[in-house]
Amino acid sequence: MSNAAARPVADRLPSPARPQARAGGLVDLERAGPGAPADADVAPPPAPAPRACKADVRGLSFWYGEFQALKDISIPIAESEVTALIGPSGCGKSTFLRCFNRMHDLYPGNRYEGEILLNPGGVNIIDRRTDAMLPRLRIGMVFQKPNPFPKSVYENVAAGLRIRGIRRRALVDERVEQALRRAALWDEVKDRLDDSAYDLSGGQQQRLCIARALAPDPELLLLDEPTSALDPIATARIEELIDALRQHYTLVIVTHNMQQAARVSQRTAFFHLGKIIEWNDTEQIFTNPKETMTQDYITGRFG
Amino acid sequence: MATDAARLPGGIDSRRLIGRARRVDLAFAGAGLLVMVVAMAMLMALVLDLLVDGLPRLSWDFFTNFPSRRPGRAGILSAWVGTTLVMIVTAALAVPLGVAAGVYLEEYAAKNWITDVIEINVTNLAGVPSIIYGLLALGLFVYGFGLGETILVAGMVLALLTLPVVIVATREAIRSIPQEVREAAFALGADQWQTVRIYILPAATPGILTGAIIGLARAIGETAPVITIGALTFIAFLPPAPIQPEFPFLSFEWLNSPFTVMPIQMFNWISRPQPEFHVNAAAAGLVLLAMTLLMNGLAIYIRYRIRKGMR
Amino acid sequence: MGIGTRAMATEHIVKSYDQQLSLLSRKILEMGGLVEQQLASASEALATRDIEAAARVIEHDDRVDDLEEEIDKHAIRLLATRQPMAIDLRHIAMAMKISNDLERIGDYAVNIARRIERLVKVPPVQSQYAIPRMAQITQAMIKDVLDAYLERDAARAVTAWHRDDEVDAMYESLFRELSTYMLEDPRNITACINLLFIAKNLERTGDHITNIAEKIHYMVHGQRINRMPAQATS
Repeated sequence: MSNAAARPVADRLPSPARPQARAGGLVDLERAGPGAPADADVAPPPAPAPRACKADVRGLSFWYGEFQALKDISIPIAESEVTALIGPSGCGKSTFLRCFNRMHDLYPGNRYEGEILLNPGGVNIIDRRTDAMLPRLRIGMVFQKPNPFPKSVYENVAAGLRIRGIRRRALVDERVEQALRRAALWDEVKDRLDDSAYDLSGGQQQRLCIARALAPDPELLLLDEPTSALDPIATARIEELIDALRQHYTLVIVTHNMQQAARVSQRTAFFHLGKIIEWNDTEQIFTNPKETMTQDYITGRFG
Repeated sequence: MATDAARLPGGIDSRRLIGRARRVDLAFAGAGLLVMVVAMAMLMALVLDLLVDGLPRLSWDFFTNFPSRRPGRAGILSAWVGTTLVMIVTAALAVPLGVAAGVYLEEYAAKNWITDVIEINVTNLAGVPSIIYGLLALGLFVYGFGLGETILVAGMVLALLTLPVVIVATREAIRSIPQEVREAAFALGADQWQTVRIYILPAATPGILTGAIIGLARAIGETAPVITIGALTFIAFLPPAPIQPEFPFLSFEWLNSPFTVMPIQMFNWISRPQPEFHVNAAAAGLVLLAMTLLMNGLAIYIRYRIRKGMR
Repeated sequence: MGIGTRAMATEHIVKSYDQQLSLLSRKILEMGGLVEQQLASASEALATRDIEAAARVIEHDDRVDDLEEEIDKHAIRLLATRQPMAIDLRHIAMAMKISNDLERIGDYAVNIARRIERLVKVPPVQSQYAIPRMAQITQAMIKDVLDAYLERDAARAVTAWHRDDEVDAMYESLFRELSTYMLEDPRNITACINLLFIAKNLERTGDHITNIAEKIHYMVHGQRINRMPAQATS
């Protein structure tokens, strides 16, 4: 016997009402998530849950001389999460990353507009009046090619501490060990702390650079294509590391490998020609992005 | 069968191609070898000549005697002591000033036309004939500042000569440090001076040293400017010793002393008619050569040690 | 701006990827076509009491089963080699599920055919309006759903999805009707029971077609059909 209201096995779910968002896929953390498509029979997707905001980017624009590399970028960076930045070559993702620690200041002809508010404190780190050293003391960076200093392993990790004037040997030892442990490198180098950093393999050197960035206890860690120069096993180790680091740090990672972005991040932003086309929870971006351009890029139809 | 295997697309015969390439290689290698042999042979001939003439003359006395009218009793004591002391002054002046100037130009100076002008001047100064430095020193240091014809002034003029070389070497060494090192240092929150002091300079030291030694090796043999400022050609006394037996143990009186240097002594001897003095000159030449080689060897050794410390 | 029902405007940079994806679609459509034929033959056999038509249904089933296997293998290979994302990923994953549903429908058609073979051995029962109607509706549904798959038209799939209500209602009324016949005359029981089983198979077919419709909707929109009670029509 079947009953009158027989339906397929899947259960009936009422769809909750969701508020609309601005067009274009850009949302504020505090306001609710993406809007519903036109079909009335399609349940709207769940909004991303509100999270604490580590850095709030508002209306960021950036010029290299005459060329505008970033156009009115707004995105919150959620605390204790990995935010991935993806996009084709020259889209501005690395440029955007380097705004956070004012690396552009090292070269002439750069101009910022807008705000990046770093919490706690809400200081705008790209304001002319903010000294470039301030964000660098709070934010760490790992570069594409491993670039340890031509010094010993210990001195590399201790570098950030020395720069901050931390001299007491016992304290430095402790922080160095902690950083190396956090970077999953301690066991491999604990007997070789005085060896030159160049004696390590590529993957180890990159983890050393991560330890070096971690030692001063940054609030935010920037990673610029950290595994693009490494073999798959070393890459996997670093991805595992990124997962573990999430507990203590907020991370922003630029990667041209979409699968990596899908694997390691909780939130993904897609850049194209200096703009953010779409950003959302990683799962959403990679299973059902709202913008055609995003889908075209991640499925390999352009880029 | 063999010809088929040798045929490349487009109908080219690979065997002929390879054969011709090998012949060209051989010809080039042969020409290079010939040129090198000729150059080395001339150099060797020079050194051999010096050796044959001068080696028998080398003796303890030769090193510890003052010059004398009798060739058998003449020695190079005042000359090599003078050379050594002058080189110390030169190095002490040229290296710190040159490195500081190089660091400033590379790391601190804004990239504008003023800096460009300074750069051009520095590079040109490296090519200025040394006697002009001598004239400058004579007018400015000896008479203008009234410093007299002393070791200090000799050191100063040779330092002027060496300065451009050190500056250029410093700049090149700093430039060769990859940008990633700087970026890494700044990203850690270092300021300009910390970056230079802890990361840039130590990495640039081998290159700087090489340049400095090259400059000093050139200076050790410069005769014209030293004569111009008034080095003596015949002195039978030594400058006061830097280390004194009584307090304060360190004396700088030697800076104010008259002096002579090896090249001048050699020139003096070779100008005499007696052939024994020529032998002396050859021996002195050997010693000067040895001193230069020693300085180069020291540089190589220092660079090696520093490189080992870094890698 | 949304992606919606618009077909993909651009092709993959790697052409072989596109070729493999269209191969997957073609296999689904081939399988769907065969199943459609099975249902049509079963319908015909019912109407005309034709055992040859019934036999055709059973013949086609091997190929249907083979296709399901091929589709699964092909989809797995695509997952392993292409790391598909977004719409490609949904396409491939749903292809595997749709092929399952199609295979079940094929099995139901075979069941119906077997029942028909037994049915023709007993005298017919009067007024079997409901069953041909159910068969007709399911045939229309599967045609719609296959067209919807071809066109990537989720709205059309949803329309087919709603028609299942009709099938279910017909099953209910047929159940009562056949119960009456069986009570009236015990000699009708064999025929009626076979008819009941046939009707049950048709009702299950309708359910599986709605599954396919749901998968198509998810494939296109990335979201499940909104099953608000207000939407249900009868």
